[in-house]
Amino acid sequence: MIQIRNLAYTAKTDEGEREILRGIDLDIPDGRLIVVTGPNGGGKSTLARLVAGIAKPSGGSIVFDGRDITGASITERARLGIGFAFQQPVRFKGLKVMDLLAIAAGRTLAKSEACDYLVSVGLCANDYLQREVNSSLSGGELKRIEIATVIAKASKVSIFDEPEAGIDLWSFQSLIDTFRNMRRTIANSSIVIISHQERILAIADEIVVIKDGLIARHGPKAAILPSLIGTSMAAPGCPKFGRGDVPVITEGKIHA
Amino acid sequence: MLSEIQKKMLRELTGRSEFGDGAFNIRANGCSAGRHSTKGIRIEPKPNGAGLDVYIEPGLRDDNVSIPVVMTESGLKEEVYNDFHVGEGAVVTITAGCGIHNCGREDSQHDGIHRFFIGRGSRVKYVEKHIGEGDGAGRRILNPVTEVYQEEDSVLEMEMTQIRGVDETERTTKAALKAGARLAVRERLMTGARERAVSHYAVTLDGAGAVADIVSRGVARGDSVQTLDLKIVGNAPCRGHTECDSIIMDRGHIVAVPTLEAADIDAQLVHEAAIGKIAGDQLDKLMSLGLTAAEAEARIIEGFLS
Repeated sequence: MIQIRNLAYTAKTDEGEREILRGIDLDIPDGRLIVVTGPNGGGKSTLARLVAGIAKPSGGSIVFDGRDITGASITERARLGIGFAFQQPVRFKGLKVMDLLAIAAGRTLAKSEACDYLVSVGLCANDYLQREVNSSLSGGELKRIEIATVIAKASKVSIFDEPEAGIDLWSFQSLIDTFRNMRRTIANSSIVIISHQERILAIADEIVVIKDGLIARHGPKAAILPSLIGTSMAAPGCPKFGRGDVPVITEGKIHA
Repeated sequence: MLSEIQKKMLRELTGRSEFGDGAFNIRANGCSAGRHSTKGIRIEPKPNGAGLDVYIEPGLRDDNVSIPVVMTESGLKEEVYNDFHVGEGAVVTITAGCGIHNCGREDSQHDGIHRFFIGRGSRVKYVEKHIGEGDGAGRRILNPVTEVYQEEDSVLEMEMTQIRGVDETERTTKAALKAGARLAVRERLMTGARERAVSHYAVTLDGAGAVADIVSRGVARGDSVQTLDLKIVGNAPCRGHTECDSIIMDRGHIVAVPTLEAADIDAQLVHEAAIGKIAGDQLDKLMSLGLTAAEAEARIIEGFLS
């Protein structure tokens, strides 16, 4: 359970200080899948980065399972059980996909285990395990590997910052299956996904809309999603997603 | 009789604790501490005693030879001239390198001058490690000179690693390639404290279809200084690529000097160079997987130099 109280973040820019988050109150209970959406620039990614410890808040508090982690380092939070998939995956010269997965899992991995993580993001282990996580990989490949590291980490709370960016048709459906699978396999784990994608919003237990640095709306999917359909906060995605045998959700209905 | 320190350094240099029936020469504190030739690889001391001639039979398949050097005596300075004569069509791995353990007050210095005469159609892998250790006030100095002469269609892969403890080094590597010859160099260099490292490359592509790919990765920590001077000359229709990639830390200082020289309309030469600190998002990512900042930094460097 994460309890966020009055969380604020002020960024320093060339034009002076700018308030990105202006007092967020949010509970992330165990076992829930929460999708955070809202207009671009509203503060969604900042919220995710503050929870992961990558940015430091200018005010407010974050409590994880009863422990105040507002001042805790990224490492401490990771070890307590917070996982974070970066929106822009990081490249490493010399570190291989297998290395990253093993660091994430915190132990040496058998090839078959590493393979399972990669398959869940639509990559073949034979092609990728020994590849360096460098610029020879495409943006989409890096994105999938990024997600695989968070799956391998098996955290109590996993936060994904726009995981669908760069993900193609096949693995998009696989990605949704992966989120469902994570909920089944990690007891009481909760998942927070920053996304505009209607199909990801459709698997949420709760939806949070962040706008202008504040929570504009928060409630069960059934109460929030219908009003978002057709807006930029619940984009249907590329029309090509409608082709083939992948189910597509429009206006809350699933079409095979 | 080798000391325990010498044995440990030999293991680090060669990855072996026994040399058995293979071809090898061990030089310890300026003297031969063991030598063995095989049917396919003959090791002979030079007449003046200042080095070795290593003859590799034409057509020899998948064999190897090791010629490590260890120095544990403070104040020792030596120049050693080793020549490798690789016969046509041979496939061989050559392991060399020098470990200096200096606990004394005087400088220890080893300058190895290696010449490679690589026969037509042969494939050679050369692995060289340099290490320095010991807590004496005397400096550990290594100035290797490597000259390579590649005949047609020969292939040479060089892995050269110096990752700790050498106070001063000036490395000079020269190569001349005939038609169809290929040279791939992977240099890994880490310096710390007040160490100084200079690495010069001058590769000449003289024959049609010659290819050189030289990649140098370095990490400069503490107050150390690295200078990387990479030059390729294309005198024929050829391809040359140099890459100089460095991580700067602490108060390190790095100079990268690329030079490309083309004397043929069909010479394709490329240089890439980058110097930068470890990116903050790289540390953030590994910390978000549970490593401490120090562990993350170590993994990034380990990967970079792998």
